[in-house]
Amino acid sequence: MSNFSLIVVLLVLLALGYQLGMTRSRKVATVNSDLRMHSRPHHYGMMVGLWAVLPAFLILILWLWLSPAVINAMMVSHLPTEVSSPSTEQLRVVSQRISNLADNFGVVADAEAWELSAADHLRQLKANSAIMLTALMAVIAAVGMLISLLKITPRLKARHQVERVVKGLLVLCSTVAILTTIGIVLSMVGETLKFFSYIPPTEFFFGTTWNPRFSTVGVGEQGDFGLVPLLAGTTMIAGIAMLVAIPLGLMVAVYLAEYAPVKLRNTAKPLIEVLAGIPTIVYGFFALVTVGPFLRDLGASIGLDINATSALTAGVVMGIMIIPFISSLSDDIITQVPKSMRDGSLGLGATKSETILKVVLPAALPGIVGAVLLAASRAIGETMIVVLAAGNSPALTANPFEAVSTVTVTIVNQLTGDNDFSSPQSLVAFALGLTLFVITLLLNVVALVIVRKYREQYE
Amino acid sequence: MTIIAENPIKAVATPSLVQQKVIASLSKRHRKEKLFRRLGLSAVLISLGLVAVLFINIFSRGVPAFWQSAITLDIYFDPAIIKIPAKPEQQAEESDNDFRQRYLAWQTDVGFVNFNRLITDSLQTILPDASKHRRDLARFVTSGERFALRDMVVADPSIIGQRRTLHLLTDANIDVWLKGNIDRSLPDEQQQLSPITRQWADKLSADGIIQNRFSFALFMNPDSRSSLASAGLAGAFMGSFYMMLVVILLAVPMGVAAAIYLEEFAPRNKITDLVEVNINNLAAVPSIVFGLLGASVLIGWFNLPMSAPIVGGLVLSLMTLPTVIIATRSTLKAIPPSIRQAALGLGASKMQAIFHHVLPLAIPGILTGAILGVAQALGETAPLLLIGMKSFVASVPASPFDQASALPVQIYLWQGNELRNFFEARTSAAIIVLLMMMISLNGMAIWLRKKYEKRW
Repeated sequence: MSNFSLIVVLLVLLALGYQLGMTRSRKVATVNSDLRMHSRPHHYGMMVGLWAVLPAFLILILWLWLSPAVINAMMVSHLPTEVSSPSTEQLRVVSQRISNLADNFGVVADAEAWELSAADHLRQLKANSAIMLTALMAVIAAVGMLISLLKITPRLKARHQVERVVKGLLVLCSTVAILTTIGIVLSMVGETLKFFSYIPPTEFFFGTTWNPRFSTVGVGEQGDFGLVPLLAGTTMIAGIAMLVAIPLGLMVAVYLAEYAPVKLRNTAKPLIEVLAGIPTIVYGFFALVTVGPFLRDLGASIGLDINATSALTAGVVMGIMIIPFISSLSDDIITQVPKSMRDGSLGLGATKSETILKVVLPAALPGIVGAVLLAASRAIGETMIVVLAAGNSPALTANPFEAVSTVTVTIVNQLTGDNDFSSPQSLVAFALGLTLFVITLLLNVVALVIVRKYREQYE
Repeated sequence: MTIIAENPIKAVATPSLVQQKVIASLSKRHRKEKLFRRLGLSAVLISLGLVAVLFINIFSRGVPAFWQSAITLDIYFDPAIIKIPAKPEQQAEESDNDFRQRYLAWQTDVGFVNFNRLITDSLQTILPDASKHRRDLARFVTSGERFALRDMVVADPSIIGQRRTLHLLTDANIDVWLKGNIDRSLPDEQQQLSPITRQWADKLSADGIIQNRFSFALFMNPDSRSSLASAGLAGAFMGSFYMMLVVILLAVPMGVAAAIYLEEFAPRNKITDLVEVNINNLAAVPSIVFGLLGASVLIGWFNLPMSAPIVGGLVLSLMTLPTVIIATRSTLKAIPPSIRQAALGLGASKMQAIFHHVLPLAIPGILTGAILGVAQALGETAPLLLIGMKSFVASVPASPFDQASALPVQIYLWQGNELRNFFEARTSAAIIVLLMMMISLNGMAIWLRKKYEKRW
């Protein structure tokens, strides 16, 4: 049976166990009418269902995890000695060929007789494995269900059992987030170390030329993997974005929090937040076909030579994207500043703008800095706008009107979608990713600490 | 609004030196106040203006692409051209395998038929001196339409020998020409179309034989590179659909479960603090990093297929998980402890109190968070590029394990197409479709929040 149908059968068993458990518990209750049952009937039902399904499910997971390796080993042990002896790498190619043959996929060149027989053997082994798995699961499910059914007595704490399982599931789910982080770190560190075995870290972190060449050339020239131009491009674009977003976002937050009538606030705030919900690819397209040509023509009219795809284009559009991050975070922080502080200032005769500039904003400053840092980390990690609008030219330049490249763009360019991570040209994507991860992580941690400290101050 | 009233100061008979200074500076300070207010208002207006510019820009580009030049032709399914044997039927004693072989042979026969002849024959009857320009004639209708005719014959062979009036899409360049998206005064060598084709297009358009019709192709067809005019979003849409399905089935339940544990059960200690910090950080990790995770772990270690919606869905699930967790936690936090205490006081277990009393009250908030998470996942592009979804896929995926594209990735692919005149509008149209989906998701979230919002 296919794994999918096995899972469907398990679900059916769950429902069946639930029904049987309920019926059984009601019967037990009527027989022992002098005793009170510990749990409600559906708890007994759930318990039986879980006993029937959980062990069998665990077996399924284990089997799916371990069986391919076992089957492969068994198949290899039956290969003629002259082919099973060579290096592991060759063996891997051979077993891939045989498994393709067994699955009726095409292979390069004609299959030899021993390959065909091995494929037959493999197919046989796979069929046996499926039958064994089905049988094993059936037995375990039946035993689990029977034992738990027989165990039902008025004193059985079925609810506790069920709740323990549910709690276990909840714990399992909350570890997924941790596992994700660990997965990100481990996979990227692993691939980065592999990359550093080709290119020394000093060359990567301090090199000022980015020219990775092509991975197909093989040995010979390695290419230059200098991070500096990419980092410079990233910083420049993020800087331009912040120059656009901080004044606008902050003024929007101040106006909406302090001046705007309720009606304007209630309509303007969600409308501006629409900007945060627009997919970044849309911003990228907007930058490419509208903002870029507009800036180029604007530059031409005042005698500046602006590239249509440049750091400026990408930065301006990214700034627009970031406005709502800064405005809504700052808005929250500004409204958290206690009213007594404003009243004190106003009572001493300050105008409203003086109160805002000299009392409210300084009080809110740490929080606003936190918001700005969060926005900056978003700007640094942003990909699609820069892929489309920054021009992708990894040269070290200080001119914002020229095309640049960034860390994220380079990751996209280097990982072109093949899963062969063996050349420095594709491995470098992971080194870049790790750099990006560390930078944004630092920014986030600092920002979160600042924001949290600030919150405690007024709570 | 001026805070400082002027009257009390004026009322003093002889103002002191300090008061005089204050009075003298007042007008300047008020001017500054006004300026600051105007700055704030203009920042709001600029931001709103940017929203408006973005939307107007995309819509004005994209809306025309929903209508496309189509030619109304009288197609004669000529038996002299469609020379194929009768469609095979499975005989009673015939095995499935034999029948399939016979059917395949028949399909090969059908594949050899020159269906474009049907189109050119029909065009010849309405175009002057068409026979002199056979090459232009053959390219007048986009190449995807000959397969549409083939599919009609395969679906119903009895159509052979009959006449049908059909609306066929013209070549993409003719659409560009008729919509005026290319400079008509350009010299011949810079035009995509030959002079005779342009004359034909203008004449047929004037006669009403070529009309702008609603482009169902945009929604019904997968992407295409050989027949640009019939390239559509169906494949990308299904790819996105499968991915959203995975996100809804994985990220939402797991995120809610994790939030329930962290908010209601977890003891307050170092480990839960760590988990909390970790989730907050994960929410701010750039999306492209999740793409790297997918490329190295899911594809590299677990050997899942490249470009498959299942992998994309897994990556997006991991990415949206923190969003769902954070939204659910804040909803749970907002539910007053009195509800829990009342349930516990009546003898419910903690699990019962939460699942029977707290969770039902939290469902609107959880749904809002979940919808926002799904919307975020729907618009995400960068991680999908890294797991191979930027490859060209010319079919509609039948399962989450098939190769597929996704809506935002399709936008990325189309914006890079060489035929800019045609694809700029088509990309904008795709963006409109994506934005509409996002807006309806967000609207749903807002509606839920408004409808069920409770203040305790």
